[in-house]
Amino acid sequence: MNILALIMGLLAAGVVAAFSERIHRNAPRWVSLIAFVVALIYTSSAWLGAESGTEEYARQVLPWIPRFGIQVYLVLDGLSLMLVALTAFLGIVAVVSSWSEISERHGFFQFNILWVMAGVVGVFSAFDLFLFFFFWEVMLIPMYFLIAIWGHENRAYAATKFFLFTQISGLLMLFAILSLVYFNYQATGVITFNYFELRNASLDPDVAWWLMLGFFVAFITKLPSVPVHTWLPDAHTQAPTAGSVILAGILLKTGGYGVIRFAVGLFPEASQDFATVGMLLGALSIVYGGYMAYSQSDFKRLVAYSSVAHMGFILLGVYAFNEIAMQGAVVTMIAHGFSTAALFMMAGALQQRLHSREMSKMGGLWVRAPRMGAMTLFFVVASVGMPGLGNFVGEFLALLGAFQAHVPLTIAAAIGIVVAAVYGLSLMQRAFQGVPNPDVGEFEDFGAREMTVMILMMIGLVWLGVYPQLVLDLSAPVITSLGVAGL
Amino acid sequence: MDALWLIPTFPLLGFLVLFLSQGKLPKVVVAIVGAGSIGFAAVVAVIVGKAFVDGGAEPQSQQLWTWMRVGEFVPEIRLYLDGLALVMTGVITGVGFLIHLYATGYMWDDPEEPEGFSRFFAYMNLFVFAMLMLVLGDNLLVLFLGWEGVGLCSYLLIGFYHRDPNNGYAARKAFVVTRVGDTFMALGLFLLFRELGTTEIQASLTAANVAWPEGSTMATVIGLLFLGGAMGKSAQVPLQTWLPDAMAGPTPVSALIHAATMVTAGVYLIARMHDIYLISPEAQFWVAVTGLVTLFISSCTALVQTDIKRVLAFSTMSQIGYMIMALGVGAWSAAIFHLMTHAFFKALLFLASGSVILALHHEQDMFKMGGLWRKLPIPFVSMLVGSVALAALPLTSGFFSKDAIMLTAADNPAAGMVFWGGAAIAAFMTALYTTRMILLTFFGEAKTAAHDSSGWNMNAPLVILCGLALGGGWFGLGIVSGVLPDGGITTHDHFSPIALVTMAMPLLGILTGWFVFGSSRGGSTRLLGTEFAGNIRRFWYIGWGFDWLYDRAVVAPFVALARMNKNDFVDLAFKLTASITRGIHHVLAVVQNGRLRWYAWNMVLGLAFVVVVVMWEVLG
Repeated sequence: MNILALIMGLLAAGVVAAFSERIHRNAPRWVSLIAFVVALIYTSSAWLGAESGTEEYARQVLPWIPRFGIQVYLVLDGLSLMLVALTAFLGIVAVVSSWSEISERHGFFQFNILWVMAGVVGVFSAFDLFLFFFFWEVMLIPMYFLIAIWGHENRAYAATKFFLFTQISGLLMLFAILSLVYFNYQATGVITFNYFELRNASLDPDVAWWLMLGFFVAFITKLPSVPVHTWLPDAHTQAPTAGSVILAGILLKTGGYGVIRFAVGLFPEASQDFATVGMLLGALSIVYGGYMAYSQSDFKRLVAYSSVAHMGFILLGVYAFNEIAMQGAVVTMIAHGFSTAALFMMAGALQQRLHSREMSKMGGLWVRAPRMGAMTLFFVVASVGMPGLGNFVGEFLALLGAFQAHVPLTIAAAIGIVVAAVYGLSLMQRAFQGVPNPDVGEFEDFGAREMTVMILMMIGLVWLGVYPQLVLDLSAPVITSLGVAGL
Repeated sequence: MDALWLIPTFPLLGFLVLFLSQGKLPKVVVAIVGAGSIGFAAVVAVIVGKAFVDGGAEPQSQQLWTWMRVGEFVPEIRLYLDGLALVMTGVITGVGFLIHLYATGYMWDDPEEPEGFSRFFAYMNLFVFAMLMLVLGDNLLVLFLGWEGVGLCSYLLIGFYHRDPNNGYAARKAFVVTRVGDTFMALGLFLLFRELGTTEIQASLTAANVAWPEGSTMATVIGLLFLGGAMGKSAQVPLQTWLPDAMAGPTPVSALIHAATMVTAGVYLIARMHDIYLISPEAQFWVAVTGLVTLFISSCTALVQTDIKRVLAFSTMSQIGYMIMALGVGAWSAAIFHLMTHAFFKALLFLASGSVILALHHEQDMFKMGGLWRKLPIPFVSMLVGSVALAALPLTSGFFSKDAIMLTAADNPAAGMVFWGGAAIAAFMTALYTTRMILLTFFGEAKTAAHDSSGWNMNAPLVILCGLALGGGWFGLGIVSGVLPDGGITTHDHFSPIALVTMAMPLLGILTGWFVFGSSRGGSTRLLGTEFAGNIRRFWYIGWGFDWLYDRAVVAPFVALARMNKNDFVDLAFKLTASITRGIHHVLAVVQNGRLRWYAWNMVLGLAFVVVVVMWEVLG
C-alpha cells in the first residue's frame, strides 16, 4: 500500500471536487463520496491482504529537506492502520450526513472535507516530526473554514476559538519538537526529525519532562481534556453536521493518538513520572464532562460534552501504563468514532428538520420518526456503555487496567458510569419521549441513505462489542513496542 | 448438553426478528414469534435439564468463543450449567413463557400504545435473552453483560408508555439507581481480577479458597461490593426506591421483570459467589442485615398502599429481603427455593391483578375496586391462591420455602432471634396486607363496573400458575444441593415451639386483617383514626422517606448545580483572557485615530520624554 498516494489522492480529489461544481451542482459530493469509498477499500485491502503477524502494513521514505534531516517518512503500523481506516469510513459518514445540508459553495465545502481528512491520514502515518507537524497544521485550516463558512449562528466566535486553542497548543508542540531535535543534535551531532532516531535520544530527565509536557499540552487540548476542553462545545455546536462528525469522530482521536505515539512513545520515563497527573485529568474529564453534558439543553452541546467524558477514558487508559488499559484506550477511540459520529449525524438531521438544536423544542419525536428514535436509542445505549457494544469493551478495559494502577482515581472515574446513564437517558427523554411537541410540523423520518450509514455503524459497534479481537490484535504489537508491561 | 446454547439463542432470534421487521409484521405473527421463542427456549431447557439430571447432575459447560484476549485478561463466552443455573433457567423460561403468553392477550388492544405490540415483545425477548446470559454465563463478565442487559430492558419496558413523562422518569430512575449498584459490582470485579487474575466464576472461587484465609479483608471487600450490586438490582435498602415506581410498566412486565426474574438476580449473584461469603462471615452478616431491614421496612410499607401494583411491588421487595436474609444466615438452598416459589406466586398475583386492571379499564386504585369476586372469578381465585402462598399458609409453596428460611435464621449464632423475630413480624404483616388487598379488591361494594374480556391465552397461564403456587413446594430442590454449601434445604422440626409460632404468624395476620379491614365497625376504625396512626401511615406510605431524602440530598443539589454551571465556569478563564486582550486593543485603538495633529503632539511629547530621561541619566 502506498500511503503517499492515498494522501495525494485525497488532496487531488479535493481539487477535483472544488472544480466539479462547474459541471453539476451535485457533482462535488459524489466526488467526495467516491474518494472516501476508494480510500476505505484501499486501506482495508492492505489490512486483509497482510499475512497474520504483520506489524507494518506500509512504509514510504522520500527525502524532503536533507539539510535538516527532514524526510517524508510514512509508516502504517497496526494502530495507524485502524485509525486511517476509521478516517476513510467517517469520511463517508460525513459526506452522507451533509448530503442535502449544504446549499452554497458546495465544491469548496467538499474540498475542505477532503483536505482535512488528507491531513488526518498524514498525522496518523507520519514518522518524521516535521512532517507530522506539517500535517497537524494541514488538518487545522480546512476545519477552520468548515466552521467559519458553513457553521451556524455563532460560527465566527467558535471558529476563532477552535483555531486559537489548537494553534497556541500547537506552538508549544513545535517548540518541543525543535528543542528535541536540538538536544539530540548536541548529543549526537546529527540533525534529524526521524521518530525512530529521536526515540533513542539520550536526554536529561528534566529536559525530557519539559519536552514531554509540550507534546502533552498540545494533545490534550486536541483530545480534549478538562481544563482545556472549552473550545469543543462551541466548535461542535456551530459546525455543520459533517464538521461535527469529522471533529468528534476523528479529529479528537489525533489527540489520543498523539499521546500514545509521541508523548508516551518519545518520553516513556517522563510520562511514567507524569502518570498520576494524566490519570487524574482523565478521571476529571470523565466525571466533569459527563456532568456538563447533563447540564446542557442543546442536543449537540450535550453530545459534545459527552465526548469530553469519553475521551477521559483514553487518558485514564494510556496513563495507567499497562496493556489492558492501553488497549481499552485504543478500543474507545474506535468505538467512540462510531457512536458519536452517529449521534452528531442525528443532531444534524434534527436541526435540519426543526431548525433548532434546543431539546425543549423537541419531545415525543419517537411518534413522528420511529426510525430516528430507535437509532438514537441504540447509539445512546452504546455510549452509556452497554456490554455487547464497542464502547463498553473500551471503557471496561480502561477501568480494569486503571484499577491495577491507581485505585482511588479508578473509583472516581467509575462514578462516570452512573453519570453517563443520567445524561444519556435524559437526552433520549427530552428529544424523543414524552408528550409530542405540538409545534413540530411535518417531520420526515430517516430514509434509505441515512439508514444505510446508521446500520453500518451499528454493525461496527456490535462487532467491536462481541469480538474486538481484530482491533486488539492490530494494536497489540504497537503497545508492546512502547514498552508497556502486561500485568 | 450440546443444545445448551439454543436456550438463549431462541429469545435472541425472536428479538432480532421483531426488531428488524420494524413493527411491520401482523399482530398474530408477532404474538407467535414473541411467545413462541420463549416457548422453544423452555422446551430446550426441559430437554437439557432432563439430560442433566439423567447424567448425574454433573456441572457441564459449553465454550462458544473467546470474547477478547488482552494480556492475561481472557474472558471466554462460555455457558455453564449446574443445578443452580438449571433452576434459574427453568424459572426464566417456564414462568417467562407463561407471562409472554398472557401478554399476547393483555397487550393485544392496548389503548395507550396501539403501535407498540411488536416493540413490546422485542424488548421482552431481549430481556429473556439477557437474563439467560446472566444465569448461564461462566464468566463474571458474561454475567455482567446479562446484568446490564436486563437493566436496559427493564428501563425500556418501564418507559414503554413513553408519551407520559412520569413513566420516562420512573424508567430513568430505575436505570440510574440500579447503575449505582452496578458500579459497585464493577469495582468488585476489578478487585477480584487484580487479586485472583481471572474473572471466570468457577476458577475464581477455587482460587479464592486457596488464596484467602477465613476472615480475609479482601473477601469482605469484594463480598460487600457484590452486595452493593445486589442491592441495586434486587431493590434492597438503601437502593430500593426505584422498584415501586417501576410499576409504571405494563403489568406483564411487572410480573416477569420486577417480580419473577430480574429482581432476583442479586440473590443469584450472591448464591453463585457463595464461597466469598463463606470466607468472609462479616460480609455474609451484612447480607443478612440488608435482607432483614428490607423485608421489615417494605412489608410495613405495603400495608398502607392504595395502588394494587404498589402493594405487590413492596411485597416483592420484602420477599426478596427474605431471600437475601436467607443467604446471609446460610440458608442457601432455601433462598433459591423461595426464589422459585416466589416466582410462581408473585407472577400469579401480578397477572391476576393485571386481569383485574384490564377489566376495570386500567384502574389500579384498590379503593375504587371492590366486590369483584363474582364478576371476575378466575382472577379472584388466582389472586386468592397467590395470596395464601404469599402469606405462607401451611402446605402452600410459600410455606415450605419461607419456613425453611425462618427456622434457619433462628439458629443463626450471630443474632438468630433478631433475624427470626424481624422475619416473623414481617410474616404477620405480609398476611395482614394480603388480606387487606383481597378484601378491598374483591369484597365489599362494587365501585367500578368490570368487563372481563380475557381469553384463553390470559386464563391458561393463571390456572397453571395457580397449580404451581399451591403445589410448587412439593418439588423440593434436590438439584441445587450439589452446588450450594448447605447441601440442600435443612430439615427442621415442624412442631418445635418456634416452628409453631412461625406457622401461626400468617394465620394471626389474616385474622387481624379480617377484623381490621373486613368490617367498618368497632375498635378498628377508632384505632386507625388516631393521629398517631395517621402519622405512621403517612410515613409508611412514602416508603419511610427514602425518596424524600434522596431528592433533597442528591437529586436537588445535582440538578441545581448543573443549572448554575450550564455555561461551564472553566471557560471563564479563557473568556477573561480574551476580554483582557480586547480591552488592551480598545485602549490602543484610541491612540490610532488618524489625526495628524495628535500624532505630531505625541511625537513632541515622546521626544521630550526621551530627552528628559537622557538628561537625567547624564546629569544624575
